Amino acid sequence: MIHKHKPEVLVTGAGGSLAQYVINELKRDYHVVLVDFRRRVQMDEGMSSYRVEYNKRGFEDIFRKHKIEAVIHLGRMGLYESTHRNRYNHNVLGTQRLLDLCHKYSVKKVVVLSTYYVYGASPYNPALLTEEAPLKASELTMDLVDSVELENLANIYLWKYPELNITILRPCNISGPGVLNSLSLLLSSKMAPVLMGFSPMMQFIHVEDAAHAVVLAFKQNKPGIYNVATDDWVSYQEAATQCGCRRMPIPSIPEGLPRLISKRMNWKGWPAYLVNYYKYPVIIDGSLFNKTFGFKPQRSLDDIFSYYREKKEMGIL
Amino acid sequence: MSVRTFLKNLLVSSETEAAVDKIPKPVGSFGYDPWGYNTEVVKIAMSVMRPIYEDYFRVEAIGLENIPAQGRLLIIANHSGQLPFDGSLVSYAMATNPHNPRAIRVMVERWFPTIPFLGNLFNEMGAVLGDPINCAKMLRNEEAIIVFPEGVRGSGKTWDKRYKLQRFGLGFMHLAITENTPIIPVGIVGCEETMPTPFHLKRLARLLGMPYLPVTTPIPLPAKVRLYFGEPMTFEGPITGEDDVAVKVERVKEEINKLIQRGLQERSGWFE
Repeated sequence: MIHKHKPEVLVTGAGGSLAQYVINELKRDYHVVLVDFRRRVQMDEGMSSYRVEYNKRGFEDIFRKHKIEAVIHLGRMGLYESTHRNRYNHNVLGTQRLLDLCHKYSVKKVVVLSTYYVYGASPYNPALLTEEAPLKASELTMDLVDSVELENLANIYLWKYPELNITILRPCNISGPGVLNSLSLLLSSKMAPVLMGFSPMMQFIHVEDAAHAVVLAFKQNKPGIYNVATDDWVSYQEAATQCGCRRMPIPSIPEGLPRLISKRMNWKGWPAYLVNYYKYPVIIDGSLFNKTFGFKPQRSLDDIFSYYREKKEMGIL
Repeated sequence: MSVRTFLKNLLVSSETEAAVDKIPKPVGSFGYDPWGYNTEVVKIAMSVMRPIYEDYFRVEAIGLENIPAQGRLLIIANHSGQLPFDGSLVSYAMATNPHNPRAIRVMVERWFPTIPFLGNLFNEMGAVLGDPINCAKMLRNEEAIIVFPEGVRGSGKTWDKRYKLQRFGLGFMHLAITENTPIIPVGIVGCEETMPTPFHLKRLARLLGMPYLPVTTPIPLPAKVRLYFGEPMTFEGPITGEDDVAVKVERVKEEINKLIQRGLQERSGWFE
């Protein structure tokens, strides 16, 4: 087998921007096995790459073929992709299969990417939510059930199979070059819907910093659950303006109206089930991760916003 | 030009700008803290408050030298006046304190964040959700927080109960002990006379879901307000039970009462 001298690391969601940064940081010291359910990802020569669904039988062949020592699970079906049932099958049942295979093939380390959405956006949220805060996202909408369930599942495996050394990361809004999550799509657009009378505080992390956080979690191997965020905050409307978006006011009352408008307009960047996140803040406390892993983000909010602003001015976005 | 920039250019004087900049308040690169406090909005709010504080209520603040320059702090005061003017006046006094200016955080009711515009505006001015977890986190962040332990029992007092302290909640003492935070007792004199209230419309208030609905003057009267800041009080744990906490709370209540009595003796009339 080629690259026998390097430990083999499987990275899911390899086609995503975050994964690309992670792979670039790892490729010197590890043989990275790329997996994506959307397409076969082409990166450097010599890398093994597969297009496969996690809950299909063929997925196990990768574990048979390679001596996978660690898994970095970044591959999730995005919130605006497909129906919530498909997302559940892929994100929850797919992750379960992945974790079962990790156990079966004695994988030594697993990093699972979750999201700060799991906390839920509520008017009663205190600021700087720590990892122990209840996960209330599924109270809001069925569309976020898969995010919470994925976490619960990873948690069960974390305690049931300590030898897997599972680290769960809950990052704030990952933004910057190539990122295709809902908020990044929104900041890339010329018009940003804003709820009249509401501009919640938000946190953003540059995709390069987020990737570095994933790599630190992988290399240092300190299992547990960690928020990942920068110590800088900005209101949503300010962020949209800084990114060069024109604000499109949406009536905030009656309560159901913004969701109705979002559904009718079929906005991917401002989907109905995320409306509460544009109304109430979900500010997380990343200090545990910073302290445990010695993490210090390098890119500022202005670096993130100027990326969207400049690309728009150049007519690229 | 944004509304905020327009208002700032229109209202904020160079002195107010300098006064806010002097407040040692850590904020992020866009002037926000995690709870939504925003330096630019505070400058506008202080410019609006200035004539209300200096000319309308002619506020006199005594004992501001007792406020520590930094570190976590609980400001415990009596509540009165139907509308929450007392909190704003104490905040302004502390922000413009010539000795040690401090940004002060006011706790608001849980339904406040759901009100469009107002909830956001109050957040930007430094108000935060009145939640024990939030409060503890702010103290760990070395913030100064004002608490009115009487709650609506105090602010909604009728005329016959003026300057009679109502029952104090015990939550602030738990925070003071667990978060190792000194308490500054504050006696507020004058706010009771800003909106004299003979009685409430209790049934209508219940129907409207309001804590109380006073029958009072349409606008606050320009009574002279005096703020008496006492010396820091410290309380040590461990907490042996609620009775022990209640005894400690009584000590703070007594201190506030002394400051109020001093204020009542020192004034010669409501408006002087």
